[in-house]
Parts: sequence; structure tokens; C-alpha cells
Amino acid sequence: MLLTIRSLTKTFPGTKALDRVDFDLAAGEVHALLGENGAGKSTLIKCLTGAYERDEGVIALDGATVSPRSTSEAQELGIGTVYQEVNLLPNLTVAQNLTFGQEPTRFGMVDRRAQRRQAEAMLEGYGLDIDVGRDLSAYSVAIRQIIAIARAVALSGKVLILDEPTASLDAREVETLFDVVRGLRDRGLGIVFVSHFLDQVFELTDRVTVLRNGQKVTTERTADLDRVQLIEHMLGRALENEVVGHAKTHVAQDRPELLAFENFGRRGHVEPFDLTVGEGEVLGLAGLLGSGRTESAELMFGLAAAHSGGARDQSGALDLSSPRAAIAAGFGFAPEERKEDGIVADLSVRENIALALQARRGWARPVPRAEQLRLADEYIEKLDIRTSGPEQPIGDLSGGNQQKVVLARWLAMNPRFLILDEPTRGIDVGAHAEILRLIQQVTAQGMSILVISSELDELIAVADRVIVVRDRRHVAELTGSEITTDTIVRAIAAPGRDQAEASV
Amino acid sequence: MTALRRVTPQLLTLAALVALVTLFFPDFLRIEVVNGRLVGPIMDILKRGAPVGLLAVGMTLVIATRGIDLSVGTTMAITGAVAAWSITQGYGLGGALALALLAGVLAGLWNGTLVAIIGIQPIVATLILMTSGRGIAQLVTEGRILTFSHDGMAFFGSGDLLGIPAPALLWGLTAVAVALLMRRSALGMLIEAVGVNRAASALAGVNATVLLIAVYVASGLCAALAGIVATADIRGADANNAGLWLELDAILAVVIGGNSLLGGRFSIAASVLGALIIQTVDTGILLAGFPSEYNLVIKAGLVLVILVLQSPNLAHHWYALRRAAQARRERAMDTAKETGQ
Ligand SMILES: Nc1ncnc2c1ncn2[C@@H]1O[C@H](COP(=O)(O)OP(=O)(O)OP(=O)(O)O)[C@@H](O)[C@H]1O
Ligand SMILES: [Mg+2]
Repeated sequence: MLLTIRSLTKTFPGTKALDRVDFDLAAGEVHALLGENGAGKSTLIKCLTGAYERDEGVIALDGATVSPRSTSEAQELGIGTVYQEVNLLPNLTVAQNLTFGQEPTRFGMVDRRAQRRQAEAMLEGYGLDIDVGRDLSAYSVAIRQIIAIARAVALSGKVLILDEPTASLDAREVETLFDVVRGLRDRGLGIVFVSHFLDQVFELTDRVTVLRNGQKVTTERTADLDRVQLIEHMLGRALENEVVGHAKTHVAQDRPELLAFENFGRRGHVEPFDLTVGEGEVLGLAGLLGSGRTESAELMFGLAAAHSGGARDQSGALDLSSPRAAIAAGFGFAPEERKEDGIVADLSVRENIALALQARRGWARPVPRAEQLRLADEYIEKLDIRTSGPEQPIGDLSGGNQQKVVLARWLAMNPRFLILDEPTRGIDVGAHAEILRLIQQVTAQGMSILVISSELDELIAVADRVIVVRDRRHVAELTGSEITTDTIVRAIAAPGRDQAEASV
Repeated sequence: MTALRRVTPQLLTLAALVALVTLFFPDFLRIEVVNGRLVGPIMDILKRGAPVGLLAVGMTLVIATRGIDLSVGTTMAITGAVAAWSITQGYGLGGALALALLAGVLAGLWNGTLVAIIGIQPIVATLILMTSGRGIAQLVTEGRILTFSHDGMAFFGSGDLLGIPAPALLWGLTAVAVALLMRRSALGMLIEAVGVNRAASALAGVNATVLLIAVYVASGLCAALAGIVATADIRGADANNAGLWLELDAILAVVIGGNSLLGGRFSIAASVLGALIIQTVDTGILLAGFPSEYNLVIKAGLVLVILVLQSPNLAHHWYALRRAAQARRERAMDTAKETGQ
């Protein structure tokens, strides 16, 4: 075995995150580490790389016990890691980020030219066309993710650990990554792969280890398992009617109109579009990363001012000049970037859920504590948020559970029009189904929802209408039986056909 | 209950300091009634600590938003000058107080606008007023030390009410009022949210810009109160020396209060205790009879010890040690059970 972990235990105040976990990684294998949100996957990785101090347990690399005390010590041992929350430095250049800690030097100074060359070499094969001399902050999350991966790959001599690396990548980028990973595997590296996309697990990995509530449930060869068994291992029960894959019965319905956007657009963000939203309707927004999906949402929520057009409801024109104005108009927006735009890390789960509600009521009328607690308890239960209690700081929750809290914040507002940008990113299969069910439930009560998602299955499962965005234009609108993977993929890809479809 | 736990380290530190000083100066805790007013080293600390205590209240809010206000010492000089000038101009007590507070509000609006609207980093933004503000104060005093004699004004420096020095009362009441305002309304939580993650808070509908300006205005107001106390105390305005370096003591008080310079969770009570600790060190060193040239060194040493003892790293090690001990105990019990079978 390349890497063996025995009896790894880690306790946080109020939670036993890992309970005597054993884990083996062979050279030349891709090993999936799976489990529900909060099962302990990221904690296992952080204990392994020394980012967290473990309570107990033995780690051996190539037969020798090791005990890295920090990520950089782990790197020296040949363990490269991409953590779930990308931790690069946005104010440094791409090249500086890539070579951080081992900058090429010349006469004791950083050799900029060599640094550039080295960085460009590291990015070769990932199909990125970017300037490594620019600040990292100039690039999207997906690109940052790939840069983090490239950095970890270059640093990993023996072991590469990827914690949900594909969460913000699109299908093409995932394929590129997988090719890289397979190449490394063939070179004899051991690779740990964490993901909630089970299709990817079946496609890429050789073995699977499942954690549940901090304990190891099983390790098996991927080929010996099927999807249902795997889910049972993860949840400890069968998943009653998994929503994904069971498409909604798409009957085009006549709904009373709630909102209408007319000629709504902003130069450089998204070209003017018309869009009506029906009461209780679920709209899907499909398209590649950077196609203008998020930009459309930001425009609707007042994060950027529209240059043309406007929005109105039954009673007249709406002011959408700022998020506050949009919220006053009954809008809500759960953003894609949960760490930067979603969570307020030091505040408790309770406060994070109550935040938007409190902002709407104004500072002088605090939401009574009992009411905050009631809301927190309600959503902890409804969304199955794994937390030691409503007073736990949200920053201590696992990634998927943080995402659930951000969703809870907006559901608690009960807006009439809720925009969800990648609502299920990082969320496990069980909770995924739960959230899609919840979307159906609240829309049945009259809320209208716009879902932006890279997972077509998800859109097909919940959307009444799908808008396809390409090159910052709304190029197609699919309704009823038109909503299939095939038609969406074709609309996303179709080059030169936009003239015919641009009637939207 | 949790509030009490939050300030426990500060209370313990203060108690230890008081015990230490009492060792050197046995009369430290003695309080006498002279002419109907309470007199003694403790009362002296409460009175002398007023300016830093007042500044610390405003500074706590600014730091909670991940900012810092370097201009408060200078603002003290400006507002003190304005108060003294107004008195000499015959605007009366009411006019003088109103104008001084107004000057504090303006200083805060200036800082707040630079930070929240123009987007300059707080340390740089407030540095502008810090360096230029004494010039403004000199303009007001026309370069002289502007003295006045006005009993109403002097009350804020040396008067007393129910036996308690007026500056101590002003300080205590301000701290209590602001702390209550923060926790009885939602302001405290909203300020913390903006401090931890401004982008996320703004997306959730929090009016981050207005809140940011408001905390700098609050800091300016606190500085104005401190400036009034300082001016009233010496019955005059000294544009060059009033409040000199006090911004640093105020920041130190907030830090000793265990508030993170990275923003977020804050406790006004803890900051105020921090100010008390600083003043106790200052006064204690004098009373204990050390030669005055040692003052700064001893103060620096004590502050270092306090900060080290309160550091989260130490708390972390402490927690780890306790866990290890507990695990050992559990294992011992397990083996005991096994051998017992
Ligand atoms: N720093 C921390 N302080 C306290 N508790 C923590 C901390 N980090 C993690 N936990 C807790 O440990 C448990 C495991 O979290 P972990 O992040 O390992 O989950 P995960 O399996 O990676 O989940 P996800 O799929 O959502 O990323 C959770 O219950 C979490 O709340
Ligand atoms: Mg995780």
C-alpha cells in the first residue's frame, strides 16, 4: 500500500467528525471517498495533510509513519491537495500562485521570466488560454479551480487529493481533468477523489470508501457496486424515488403572470432579453460557464444596473437598482459563490438564516430570538443540516451544509421570486433529492423560482421552462416536452443557429 | 451568562492587576468620602480612564466592521478646540457641546465616506484626518492654548455627581447605552455580519454602506465626548497635545478586550474593561513608586503578558491538552474494565 491510515480520530467541540477510520490507498489507483454532507470527508483529508491536528491515528506513506504538521510539509512528502474551498491568493498573479513556495530564483531574486515559463508549463494540457501574468482575481471560479488542480498535480509526487474538484467545472473541463488524473494514475500515483457526482465516481474511480457519520462503512471495488448500493451505503437507507432522472411531467401550463422583464440587459454582461415569469413557475437557466447565466441573475437582482429595459409586475414598474431594492420587490438570490457571497462565517447558523429577514425588517426591529430559533430549528430539520446546534458558527459546517444554510436564509424570507444559482453544488444525493422536492413544494404554494444549473438532469427534473444562454444571449426557450437533455445540449452547442432561435 | 463568560479573561486580568498593585501599594483599594465625593486610586482610575474608555467604545464598533479609526486622537483635539472656542465666543454650554458633537459627527462622516463609498482602506482613510486634523484644531485655537473659565464646562472634567467623578459617569453611561443599543436592536448582529463578509451581507439586503458610515460617525461622537472631557479637565484646548497617541491606547483596549482586528464578533464590555486595564497599569506603575522612566517598559511588558495569556493559540493548546488528558483517562478506564472482566 502506498498510503495507509489506521484508526484516525478527530473530535471537534460537539462533534465526532472522524471515529477510528481506516483508509488504504494503493499506488496507481483512483480511490473515491464518499459520504453525505458532514460525513467527514474533508476532515479526513485535512487530518491527513496536517491542516488539522488529529486526535489519534497512524498514517503511513510507503510503509513509514508520517505526521505532516502542515500542508507544505505534506507537499514535501509528495502529497498534493486541492481543498474543497479553493485557497489560492486572488491578489497574486496566476504564475505567482502556481509557483508559490518554490519560486525559481536567480541571484537570490525571483526570476520572473522563469516563473512565467514554469507556470505556463504547469498549465499545459488543461486547455486554458489565460495570461499567467495577470492577477488570479481576474479569472472565474472554474479557472481558479483548474489552477489549484494544476498546482496540486505539480506538487504531488506520490499522492494527489482532490476534494470536490469538479463542483464548479463544466462537462468539457471535467473531461480534461479526468484525462490528467488518468495520466497520473498510470504513472503510479495514488489519487483520492471526493465528489457527490456518482456518475463521475463510476467513470473515474477504481475503488470506493464510504464514510457515514465519521465512521468508515465500507471499501469496495467500484465495479462491484451499482448506484443504488452505493447510495445505500452513504445514507444508511435506500433513497425513495430519487428525483434526478425522473423528469417532471412537462405539461405546458397557463399560469398567471407574476413578472415580466422587457428588453432587460447590460452591455458586457448580457444582451437585452425578454422574460416572463409565471406564478409558481420554475424556470431553468442552462448554458456553459461564463455564458451569461449568472450575469442574467445578477442583473435581475440589482447587483449590476441594467442599461436597457426594465421589469414590471401587475401593479407597475419595479425598482431593481440594488439588492435591497430587489428584495423589497420580493426577490431573493442565493449566489453561486457560497464562501465569498453566501455565508457569514463567524456568525451562527441561526444568525445566518435570520440575516436577510433581519435586514428587511431594519435594525430597529430585531427578529425576536425565539423566532430566530424557531426558523433555525425548522430548516435544520427540513434541509437536514448537520450541525451541533443552531449556535454553531456556520464556518465550522461542512461545505454542503453551509450551502443548505444559505438556501434556508432565502426560503425563510418567502420571496415571490427566488433566484437559485447552482443550488445543489456540493450537496449529497440524499439532500439533493430533498432540495428538489422542496423547490416543487414551495412553487406549489405560489413562489416562482429561477434555477441556474450546470446539471441538466436537475433542470429537467424541476423546470417548467428552460432558457438557454449562449455567448451572453438568451438563445432559446424550451417548454413542455421540449425539455430533454438532447434538446438542451443542442441548443447550448448549436453554432450559427441562434438567428432562427433568437426570437426569445 | 455567556456575556459574563465572554469577559472572564478581562475580569481575571483586572483582578490580578489590582492584586499586584495592592502588593506594592497597600492603600490602592481604599476609597474615602471627602466633601461628599468619593476619593481614592480607584476613583482616579475611573476618571483618568475616561478618554480612552470613550474612544474604545467607538473603536470597538469600527473594528467590528474590520476597520480601524486612527483619527480619534486628532478628533479629540478638534472637538476639544471647538468646545473651548465656543465657550470663549459665548455660545454657552449647550452651544459648545452641540458644536463639539457636530464636529465629531463631521469627522466620522468624512472617514465613513472615504471608507464606505470611495472604498479607501480604513487605515489609510483615517490616517488622512489623523495627520491633517491637528492643523484644523490649530486653526480653531489660532495656534494658542485656548483657555476658558466656565464652571458648566469644567464640570465634565472635574465635577462630580452623587460623589462619582463626571468623566467616569459619562464613560460608564456611554458604554452601557451603546452596548444596550447594539444588543437590544439588531445593530450588533448587522455590524458583525458586515465585518465578517460585506459582500454576502449586502447580498442578503443589509445596508452595508450606511452601517459602515454609521460606525465611523459613532466613533467620531465618542471622540467628541472624549475631547470634551479632556478640554474640560484642563479648562483649555491644546491642539498639539490633546488626545495625542490615544488612538493607539483605544485600539489596544479593544484588543485586550479580545476583539479581533479581523472584524466580526465584538464586546463593548470587554473593550471597556480593556481600557480599565490599561489605566490601571498606568496608574498602578505610578503608585507602586517605580521611577517614571520605567513606565513605558513595564507597561509594554504587562500588555505583552496579557495578550499572550489571552491568545487563541494558547486557548487551543489548552483545549488540546485537556482532550488528551481526557482520552488517557478513558483509555485507562477501558483497560481497567477489560482487566476487570
Ligand atoms: N473546524 C471545525 N469546527 C467544528 N466542527 C467542524 C469543523 N470542521 C468540520 N466540522 C464538523 O465535522 C463534520 C465533518 O465535516 P466535513 O467537512 O469533514 O464533512 P464532508 O464530508 O467534507 O461534507 P461535505 O460533503 O458537505 O463537504 C461536520 O459535522 C462538521 O460540522
Ligand atoms: Mg467537504
